[in-house]
Amino acid sequence: MIRYISGRLAQSFIVMFVVAAVAFALFDFVGDPVRQMVTEDASQAEIERLREMMGLNDSVAVQFWRYVSGAVQGDFGVSYFHKRPVGVLLQERMPATFELAGTSVLLSILLGIPLGVYTGLHRNGRIARGLMAVSLVGISIPTFLIGIMLIYLFSVVLGWLPSFGRGETTEVFGGAWTTGFLTTSGLRALILPSITLALFQTTMVMRLVRAEMLDVMRTDYIKFARARGLRDRVVHFRHALKNTLMPVVTVIGLQLGAVIAFAIITESVFQWPGMGRLFLQAIQQVDIPVMSAYLIMIAFFFVVINLITDLTYYAIDPRLRSGALKGNAHA
Amino acid sequence: MSLLDLRNLRIDFDTRRGTVEAVRGIDLSIARGEIVGIVGESGAGKSTIGNAVIGLLEPPGRIAGGEVWFDGQRIDTLSEAAMRRIRGRRIGMIFQDPMTSLNPLLTIGDQIAETICQHSDTSRAEALRQAVALLAEVGIPNPEQRMNEYPHQFSGGMRQRVVITLALCANPDLVICDEPTTALDVSVQAQILSLLRRLCRERNVGAIFITHDMGVISEVTDRVAVMHHGLIVETGDTQTVLAHPRHAYSQSLLSAVPRADARLARFPQLDYREDGAPPEERQVIDLSTHWLGRRGKAVQGGDQTLLEARNLTMRFVSHRSIIPAWRRDFTAVDDLSFDIKRGETFGLVGESGSGKSTVARMIAGLYTPSVGQVVYDGQVIGGTDAQPMAAKVRQQIQMIFQDPFSSLNRRMRVGDIVAEPILHHGLAASRSEAQSVVADLLDHVGLGADAAHKYPHAFSGGQRQRISIARALATRPQFLICDEPTSALDVSIQAQILNLLKDLQAELGLTLLFISHDLPVIRQMCDRVGVMKSGKLVELAAAEDIFEAPKHPYTTELLSLMPRVTAPDASEWAAVKG
Repeated sequence: MIRYISGRLAQSFIVMFVVAAVAFALFDFVGDPVRQMVTEDASQAEIERLREMMGLNDSVAVQFWRYVSGAVQGDFGVSYFHKRPVGVLLQERMPATFELAGTSVLLSILLGIPLGVYTGLHRNGRIARGLMAVSLVGISIPTFLIGIMLIYLFSVVLGWLPSFGRGETTEVFGGAWTTGFLTTSGLRALILPSITLALFQTTMVMRLVRAEMLDVMRTDYIKFARARGLRDRVVHFRHALKNTLMPVVTVIGLQLGAVIAFAIITESVFQWPGMGRLFLQAIQQVDIPVMSAYLIMIAFFFVVINLITDLTYYAIDPRLRSGALKGNAHA
Repeated sequence: MSLLDLRNLRIDFDTRRGTVEAVRGIDLSIARGEIVGIVGESGAGKSTIGNAVIGLLEPPGRIAGGEVWFDGQRIDTLSEAAMRRIRGRRIGMIFQDPMTSLNPLLTIGDQIAETICQHSDTSRAEALRQAVALLAEVGIPNPEQRMNEYPHQFSGGMRQRVVITLALCANPDLVICDEPTTALDVSVQAQILSLLRRLCRERNVGAIFITHDMGVISEVTDRVAVMHHGLIVETGDTQTVLAHPRHAYSQSLLSAVPRADARLARFPQLDYREDGAPPEERQVIDLSTHWLGRRGKAVQGGDQTLLEARNLTMRFVSHRSIIPAWRRDFTAVDDLSFDIKRGETFGLVGESGSGKSTVARMIAGLYTPSVGQVVYDGQVIGGTDAQPMAAKVRQQIQMIFQDPFSSLNRRMRVGDIVAEPILHHGLAASRSEAQSVVADLLDHVGLGADAAHKYPHAFSGGQRQRISIARALATRPQFLICDEPTSALDVSIQAQILNLLKDLQAELGLTLLFISHDLPVIRQMCDRVGVMKSGKLVELAAAEDIFEAPKHPYTTELLSLMPRVTAPDASEWAAVKG
């Protein structure tokens, strides 16, 4: 167990190191940062002074070390465009993205798993077939279109829900986090974007659980459980569902990372003040510090989520816990 | 009054191509405490009966006619809810594969306790107490501790004991055992069979044993029903049916069972066909003119050694570590030496995990031995210091694998599968010559040249094994490794395949390494036999000596566990039939 975790941790460190190197290299590849900071008529002496001040004349190794040690403490430099520390910018935007992503992933789990179990068990039922058809639509329509359609229906035509923004937010944890969960307008603002973002995930989870359910229901242990006269509910949820969860956990983990990283489209459609929009602006303005910090942060989320996913496997499957895959079953 | 009564039961499967009648009207009754066997080959409909009785017939299967009476109650018309109260509590079921019958994510104790609680008003604590007692009764040591373990922590035999516990924990009156020991080694099989027999006797439980194995039938059952194509062709007292089978199909089935008591030149094949058509004659290959005879080197006779295994040892890493002292490995094959003479059949026998397949893989060059050498025709071809295996040598050694379903690429036509080695080794001048060779080979293994255009899924297990043999022959080999070539097949098919191998060996002068866990098969096939246990060769002698005068205690033990079906001579049956 400890070996397993330490192995995974070591891998994570290697991944983060490589990503940091790429993020660091961005500064050199996308042009000379000094040229972008100064005006056209800056003198050579001014430029040199700035270079020296920013440490650009040091060796690459020293610069990289400085970059990494800064990043570890949350210091990603100063945004060229906003002229404010990147760390602070990200911290302001992070809660918005996290709350949106978390809500939509939670929605997709709460809806996707039961729907998947249902369609898996009643493979040929009319409702199950209907759900599968609808899910095909959900998986094929692009996110932005769904967002626009929802805005048109619920904001423009019916006027029930706000079409943009986060609504009122409250500061919690001594101002470290702003949340929209505690106000009615915040919650109302969350509904449309989280449904938009969750629709694809839900259909995916549902189809995955369904496929796994179909497989598991064919296994001998399910047949044996039924032959022992166990109730359907016990067979389906205690015996079958748990055995379908390994791949589902993997996909949900990857999806959570992807939702955080790529909520950009939904955030744009709903004018959601999250990290995605910050990143979009950064690309438009060639704001390298923001881009590289974003890159590192997303990589970090993926690594952490994957680590949690691996640990979840451990919790679900006893065969991993005792290292039985190496074949040391005893009589 | 009988416990279970099947009256003119018919089961249909509606498929796109029409209705398949799996069971075509059978009558069978089982008394309380009686053990009745249903024997037949795959596709005979035996398992379907078991599933129908317990109400777990999978769609599109359905009971098309007849009645199932259980303890005075008609149960084939019961609702699902009523049937669920019968399953487990009144009728228990045991399936073939103990490795897949238990939920891998729940502890043994959980699975037993939930079943007990389902069928009675027992508290969970009381159910757990009962579970411990039951596990002790089926012979699982340290039951208190093992209750909290998961299925993967049990060996195959122990898992089957857990499965038996689960099937019997609600005290059913009838238990249906569907091939309960097919997946187990002989020694474990003997233990499980005697356990089942004892439990049925002690608890006065009726049992249906569904199996293809005549040995199991003769060991356990009181009465037997022989099934063929959905019909019971013969039923009666087990000893009577085995000794004096009346129906032609029972006779052909019994004659195909490999005999353990004497070696016969060929397997007697009383091909039973409902239409009574005679089996086709097979053409004999004349090596002097045939394509297969155009080998570089002529086959030399005598008792010259063709293949030699010198101190073969294979270690697998079981625990990796950067620190050498922490590394652990597992020795699968331990210092094995033997030699195989030209033209003989050398047998390796042992239980699963004894390392016999590992030896085959080392000789075939699929594994590199950790220590030792494989010498073929004077050349070192396997070992850490082997010369890079020359293509010429490799093409002389071919392998036939156990599982006919996974050893053929299902996306390739049979013709291409067989042609591949010919083209790869450049053994044919042109593609069209290769095609005619393929057609000829397929004909000789008894499939007919037309098989070349089909895909493997169109063939049954036995036919697929013939394709494997044709593929192995396609390189004009001198040495064939057969790794359990018939253990996945029915006895009658097994007899055909083994006869084919014998014929080919005689015609082509092949040398065979024949690996099996089945002692009677080994006796029928092999000239000399090596007995393996835990990676070591414990005894090596001529086949007759091994069977008649075993020296090592392990060999004696294996022989004593072998289920015996002593069939009388086929000539006697002909007299009965006439």
